[in-house]
Amino acid sequence: MSTVNTSRRKFLAASASLSTAAVAGSLVVGFHIPFIQSAQAQTSATPANQGIAPEVNAWVVVQPNDTVIIRIARSEMGQGSLTGLAQLVAEELECDWAKVTTEYPTPGQNLARERVWGSFGTGGSRGIRDSQDYVRKGGATARMMLIQAAADEWKVPASECSASNSVITHAGSKRTTTYGKVAAAAAKITPPKDVALKDPKNWKLVGKRLARLDTIDKTTGKQIYGSDLVLPDMLNAAIKDCPVFGGKVKSVDDAAVLKRPGVKKVIRVGDSAVAVVADTWWRAKTALDALKIEWDEGPNAKLSSADIAATLKAGLDAKDGIVGNEVGNAAAAIAKSARKIEAVYSYPYQNHATMETMNATAKYTPERCEVWTPTQNGEAALAAASEASGLPPAKCEVYKMMLGGGFGRRGAVHDWVRQVVAIAKEMPGVPVKLIWSREEDMLHGRFHPVTQCKMTAGLDADGNVTGFNMRISGQSILASVAPQNIKDGKDPVVFQGLNASGLETAIGYTFPTLMIDHAMRNPPVPAGFWRGVNLNQNAIYLECFIDEIAHATKQDPLALRRKLMVNHPKHLAVLNAAAEKAGWDKPAPKGVFRGLAQTMGFGSYVAACAEVSVSDKGVLKIHRIVAATDCGYAVNPQQIEAQVEGSFVYGLSAALYGECTLKDGRMMQQNFDTYPTLKLADMPKVETVIVASGGFWGGVGEPTIAVAAPAVLNAIFAATGKRIRDLPLKDQLLTKA
Amino acid sequence: MAKLNVNGKVREFSADDGTPLLWVLRDQLGLTGTKYGCGLAQCGACTVHIDGVPTRSCVRPASSVKATEKIVTIEGLSPDGSHPLQKAWVALDVPQCGYCQSGMIMAAAALLKAKPNPSDADIDAAMTNICRCGTLNRIRAGIKAAAKGGDMKRAALGIEHMAMTHELANEVKKS
Repeated sequence: MSTVNTSRRKFLAASASLSTAAVAGSLVVGFHIPFIQSAQAQTSATPANQGIAPEVNAWVVVQPNDTVIIRIARSEMGQGSLTGLAQLVAEELECDWAKVTTEYPTPGQNLARERVWGSFGTGGSRGIRDSQDYVRKGGATARMMLIQAAADEWKVPASECSASNSVITHAGSKRTTTYGKVAAAAAKITPPKDVALKDPKNWKLVGKRLARLDTIDKTTGKQIYGSDLVLPDMLNAAIKDCPVFGGKVKSVDDAAVLKRPGVKKVIRVGDSAVAVVADTWWRAKTALDALKIEWDEGPNAKLSSADIAATLKAGLDAKDGIVGNEVGNAAAAIAKSARKIEAVYSYPYQNHATMETMNATAKYTPERCEVWTPTQNGEAALAAASEASGLPPAKCEVYKMMLGGGFGRRGAVHDWVRQVVAIAKEMPGVPVKLIWSREEDMLHGRFHPVTQCKMTAGLDADGNVTGFNMRISGQSILASVAPQNIKDGKDPVVFQGLNASGLETAIGYTFPTLMIDHAMRNPPVPAGFWRGVNLNQNAIYLECFIDEIAHATKQDPLALRRKLMVNHPKHLAVLNAAAEKAGWDKPAPKGVFRGLAQTMGFGSYVAACAEVSVSDKGVLKIHRIVAATDCGYAVNPQQIEAQVEGSFVYGLSAALYGECTLKDGRMMQQNFDTYPTLKLADMPKVETVIVASGGFWGGVGEPTIAVAAPAVLNAIFAATGKRIRDLPLKDQLLTKA
Repeated sequence: MAKLNVNGKVREFSADDGTPLLWVLRDQLGLTGTKYGCGLAQCGACTVHIDGVPTRSCVRPASSVKATEKIVTIEGLSPDGSHPLQKAWVALDVPQCGYCQSGMIMAAAALLKAKPNPSDADIDAAMTNICRCGTLNRIRAGIKAAAKGGDMKRAALGIEHMAMTHELANEVKKS
């Protein structure tokens, strides 16, 4: 914390200097981006606080009126971690929650201050669990400095003073002061080195069902998202990348389009895309639609989903499997087993389909490149801006905007940032806002990878599993987004939920012999981290096949799992919690059938019980979901419930409808008419059980998605006797077997 | 200059033929609370009221809206965010990313106007907007809380509202 004495004035001045726009005094690094020209931004009243307080440390600013500004490095995209992280800081700070607000430091400031805020990465359900330790220490350090400042003023030992609710009290004299009164003095104090964190049993704010800090503006239309940004003299851009993966632009005839009203420029972006810049986005988009572009569709011009499926199928029996988890000799055990069960599953490509399409605004001059964008990783966006502009990172800046959904699309790869910078570079000094059409967004996703999986179990004469084999064939995300992280041909992310052990993601079963391996097959379709990542399909493969074994050996699916899970008490505890709350041991309502699933990922243990019915005509109705989560510490239970519920919307949308198919080298699903999602009418009731067993910090936004599909698929089997092994369900006939 | 009546005010604009109302609202009138999601009337993020009728403004040419027809956007639903649905949305912390919520609230407001005490089937039929974060169940609960006879307090999931208002928070940040 060598830089803690940098003042808030300097902090703001530094950010202001990064921008050529005026109104430096109102420049804020929070959600409410400065110099918005749009009408609703002009409504703010007289500031409640005049004057700028110095920061106590990088995480905490206290205004003279006791308002506490907590700095948040991770992006808020709906998952609620902005509020959760503020709770963690405020808990240790001992401040008045009613006076807390938040702001984002910028990636450029983080760079300039030797990454005092740590990582900006917001993915893998890591927002809270990866930064809880240092943000709490940030709050605790600030509290100690504030107390010290009061003690110095009173000339008493700090050990005789305490703080609560932003008030500091000296025990002996009963004197009191407030954080706001001593903040300026506290800012000058050398921060303490040894900082003790509270015992969780003494938490006052952490664990409370606090309201989010970012709700009200999202109900009035005032919240500004990236695509809402307006800068002075800004132009708008639309873009079309070659619809065929790996294709290029052959030629562009822009003569007619350049004559259209409002059109300013037609720009080639890289070797595969063309953008139109106009005064309004609609004019840019319609001009782009009218633009004559000839594509060189390249080597994938004839690629189809069937080709990819054939490649993956060949991988199911290929010799090049990379081992992820191995116990004994499963092949030998299966070979000499009394009985063998085998099944092949598959999982399709899917698009993140964030409600807000990819977008960014950039302003480039030879001296400076600024980008405003919704991003899950501001630092990665800064790196993309630097690369695309050719300017060093210190001459670039990224202002993080509110995201209209992230789900992994806006984290690892900032393709749209590179595009907007390339466009802005052709128009120096002019801010340009690039918004992708929904069609562009669907064609150029970073897709949930495709895999197939052959599951094989060897059973002895009594039906006990003697050997368990799981061969995954298919696409590696890391090969697409971070090939440097593939070591000896192994993409460890492929094995989410299947690892032997570990705090991140471990299998919940013990088999006498086990082989889980991966034959990597990478089609020329860009893959990405998609909310839930590989846990999604791995949980389907494993949990549905466990059900298959239960059925084949005439065992109750819960009873079989309990037998196989004795060595995995945390996994088992959430499964039991879901089963008990669902009433597994009692009959379901007439015509309703149940299915179970459990997994562990993103540091948390999750399970679900689904209740479904299937009509004689094969119409599926999902009535009720009971979901249990053990995320260790539950920072804000009502937001955990919101994430668990949301996970079923996302996970069931995937199970019912989610599928991107290729024909002629391009994705066929280009809008919500062919890529439907779960609507309110089909949304089941969700009951969330939070099993906060303590002692660890697990993620919340993703793990539950993985149990949505297998719980429902297992319930469908119970209802119909039909084992669905390929998704989405819309392609399957559900009439009784 | 063509004219539109938006949120009780006559607004002038000029746009090419066929320009959807959505883009006139957003790019020319500065009303960015109404969102672009699909351009095909599939997702509902662009929902506004035209003479009280919920309308997906991404496929409605602005030139087809008469100056006498009253357009209401999320910014004009209430002067201060006090529509019962807005209050319910806050009480229940409905939004996650929030991008779809303008459209959701506008669709729900039209429903409540037509049916002050809607059944679940009414809600199912009226609320066909897309939400990817997954706020659907809280949306249903929010509509019921805001409906005639709804009990906001009971519906509020035990959420504690202790924080400063956003208005105040924004002012602090601007200081």
